[in-house]
Amino acid sequence: MSRPLEHDYIGLSEVSSMESSEKISSASSTVSTEEEKSNALNLKETELRLGLPGSESPERKSGAGVGVSLLGRTVEDKNGYSLGVLKNFVSGAKRGFSDAIDVSGKWVFSGNGGSEVDMGKGAVLFSPRGVNGVKSLGVLENANQQPGSAAPALKDVVPPSPKPVQDKKPQMPAANDHVAPAAKAQVVGWPPIRSFRKNTMAVNPAKNNDDDEGKSGSACLYVKVSMDGAPYLRKVDLKTYGSYKELSAALEKMFSCFTIGQCGSHGVPGRDGLSESRLMDLLHGSEYVLTYEDKDGDWMLVGDVPWEMFTDSCRRLRIMKGSEAIGLAPRAMEKCKNRN
Amino acid sequence: MDSKRRKDSPEEEKKRQVLPFPDEILECVLGFVKSHKDRSSVSLVCKDWYTAERWSRTHVFIGNCYSVSPEILVRRFPNIRSVTLKGKPRFSDFNLVPPNWGADIHAWLVVFASAYPFLEELRLKRMTVTDESLEFLAKSFPNFKALSLVSCDGFSTDGFKVIATHCKNLTELDISENGIDDAGGSWLSCFPDNFTSLEVLNFASLNSKVNFDALERLVVRCKSLKVLKVNKNVTLEQLQRLLVQSPQLTELGTGSFSQELTLEQYSDLENAFSNCKTLHTLSGLSEATSLNLHLICPACTNLTFLNLSDAALQGAELAKLLPNCPLIRRLWVMDTVEDKGLEAVGFSCPLLEELRVYPAEPFELDAILGGVTELGFVAVSRGCPKLHYVLYFCRRMTNAAVATVVKNCPDFTHFRLCIMNPWEPDYLTKEPVDEAFGAVVKTCPKLQRLAVSGLLTDLTFEYIGKYAKNLETLSVAFAGSSDRGMQYVLGGCPKLRKLEIRDCPFGNAALLTGLERYESMRSLWMSACHVTMNGCRQLAREMPRLNVEVIKEDGSDENHADKVYVYRSVAGPRRDAPPFVLTL
Repeated sequence: MSRPLEHDYIGLSEVSSMESSEKISSASSTVSTEEEKSNALNLKETELRLGLPGSESPERKSGAGVGVSLLGRTVEDKNGYSLGVLKNFVSGAKRGFSDAIDVSGKWVFSGNGGSEVDMGKGAVLFSPRGVNGVKSLGVLENANQQPGSAAPALKDVVPPSPKPVQDKKPQMPAANDHVAPAAKAQVVGWPPIRSFRKNTMAVNPAKNNDDDEGKSGSACLYVKVSMDGAPYLRKVDLKTYGSYKELSAALEKMFSCFTIGQCGSHGVPGRDGLSESRLMDLLHGSEYVLTYEDKDGDWMLVGDVPWEMFTDSCRRLRIMKGSEAIGLAPRAMEKCKNRN
Repeated sequence: MDSKRRKDSPEEEKKRQVLPFPDEILECVLGFVKSHKDRSSVSLVCKDWYTAERWSRTHVFIGNCYSVSPEILVRRFPNIRSVTLKGKPRFSDFNLVPPNWGADIHAWLVVFASAYPFLEELRLKRMTVTDESLEFLAKSFPNFKALSLVSCDGFSTDGFKVIATHCKNLTELDISENGIDDAGGSWLSCFPDNFTSLEVLNFASLNSKVNFDALERLVVRCKSLKVLKVNKNVTLEQLQRLLVQSPQLTELGTGSFSQELTLEQYSDLENAFSNCKTLHTLSGLSEATSLNLHLICPACTNLTFLNLSDAALQGAELAKLLPNCPLIRRLWVMDTVEDKGLEAVGFSCPLLEELRVYPAEPFELDAILGGVTELGFVAVSRGCPKLHYVLYFCRRMTNAAVATVVKNCPDFTHFRLCIMNPWEPDYLTKEPVDEAFGAVVKTCPKLQRLAVSGLLTDLTFEYIGKYAKNLETLSVAFAGSSDRGMQYVLGGCPKLRKLEIRDCPFGNAALLTGLERYESMRSLWMSACHVTMNGCRQLAREMPRLNVEVIKEDGSDENHADKVYVYRSVAGPRRDAPPFVLTL
């Protein structure tokens, strides 16, 4: 699936059929400059990594269509339009979960992280790193066929990371697939809404179109769980847990792939050695706080009320950064007092 | 209280005889010049005018607190009574700036305490203010009258206790949209019983309950109260009691509007609202039910600004409400009103100049239903030819619709369109939305502020650079294909002052194209782009009068410049930068 894709995006010839020709000329000119400049093969630089948009490696010369990191975007180019982006993206990018983690600590998108996320219309936080330019398809294909070999001949091409690449499902559908938007990604600070508005968006339940939140009494009690900085939301059925501890454990497992990135700053190796207890530290420590939105639209800290009361009133959950949870505790106390 | 000036030497006296009239008169005349832009122009005419202007200026506006130091400020302007300061880059509103970045007011207050002991007004936006600073403020300036804090942080409601207790001449306390520690509402009870000067009180964004009796007594004794915006904890029933005591209000922000009322309570409220004849601004109305919404109608006749962005109204409710507000010029709504609601706006608000549509569920990525679309936008433009300010959050848009909108309303000065899913194309043609923004800049010569979104190539920026001659502020996110995009803008847009960019494929080449431009701009922000530390260092080297700052994030690549903030400054590099801000 991805090989034809590489053809499409890496081949400059396709781009030349585009309208915006200045992009192409600038692209090719920059590419040749980059080629000139890069002498030796720099493995680290050419390592394909994933990260938030814009988190590219230092040496990557700007412009030249090494652009907006969203791959899924250009997938839908029915009109043959393609953003400069994918021209340079080397996908040999069938990466397994572990490879999708960027050691630099950024949270990364995992195509395999336990949920089916298609690269549809949604914004997925992808960025090819160290892509200096695209030389030739042939070179590229070599790279893809031998993931581990970083032959010196491959000047500018991005071989996948030397780690064993587990071929999981392709992370990009073919160019002409119209992929239905599945769980889309959430980007930090986007849409540009001030945080004071976030909490006032407690839409009157009577008017709420979204029915499957917080339905109580029936067989299941699905609530959405979001985490600050994570690309997409999850849903959990509160009825399947009997206590806060169970819920907490389940959430930790579910969001572990996102918090791994955060461990980087704690000196824990990004991939290995991440234990549950470390995660619990993260979740229970100052980094993250588990909060929920109750029936009244207020955000409260999880754990203050008896479990049954919690499942009755919880409409959605949010794992938020400790710094954002200021002021929640006092309200929770006040509410409890009012209820009792 | 003007300080005395030193006596002029005989040579200077002679020089002055050339002037048609003495400085005192010049100063008096200049006293009528209020706008800070005009005052800047005045100060550039000649030395004497510069001198006259600086002695007569009483209000100063500083758009970037790091562009000048308090010492330089007080040296130039000796007689300031009112200071407006803005601190952090605007993207800090969306959590893109780490906490403890700076913009602390305290250093300024210390200098002001000695240079401007008669300071009356302080208006801060995106600054860090601690409770200690608030206490210092309250105790250092006996004449202090007006405090306005918008989008600030670092303080708690405890800080207001000291303000309320010590500022005997306080006329204005305006607290909006701040990220603060809510330590309870007891601050309101700290206003002394003999305190009557309050004219503006806005605590709508605070979460904790204030003592209602204290509030009521305050409203009763402050007969000059013109602006009252309470928070959600004030019930409708309580609001009624406040309203009957203050029929002279011009701006009202209600508390919660969801209470179930008895017939008598309802009738009392109707009467109370009928008495508010001078109301021109109304906001709050949180969780308003259809029934209760009807209560405000009698007060709407002279309304020019209606802020419904906290009230998740449905289209039909808005349609019923608007005919009662024929004079509406500014309208803020939530997208729960949908296109039907916007059609009603087009129908009922012929004088509309500003429209803001906020999303009810901005982070609901799967929400394809609900909200407003290009149809609502066009509907408003058809009925509101005077529309010149729009902030529109939507999930789909078309090039054709935007072209139609600007054709109907060519006077746009502020066009902020936010298509919420990044890289979203024209939903009908699947093309980029370049032509939409092209139409905006081509058709609206007065455009000052533009925010773009959706799937955009460099072509958009080519249009912007070429046509947007009056553009001062440009916000860009997830757009562009290459350096050329940013280069187009920097090569055009002669009046550009603020450029903020996130998640775009612009790198060092683009950054360095603007070498000559940045000194004539207030600031540049670039985050999650392709700029490297080397590029930033080069910029810093070549332009020593710019402050080039990089915010480094934990664990990011050491060569990558995650967040870049460039601004001109006469104060030199920051001395208070935290460790994660690197000044190059």
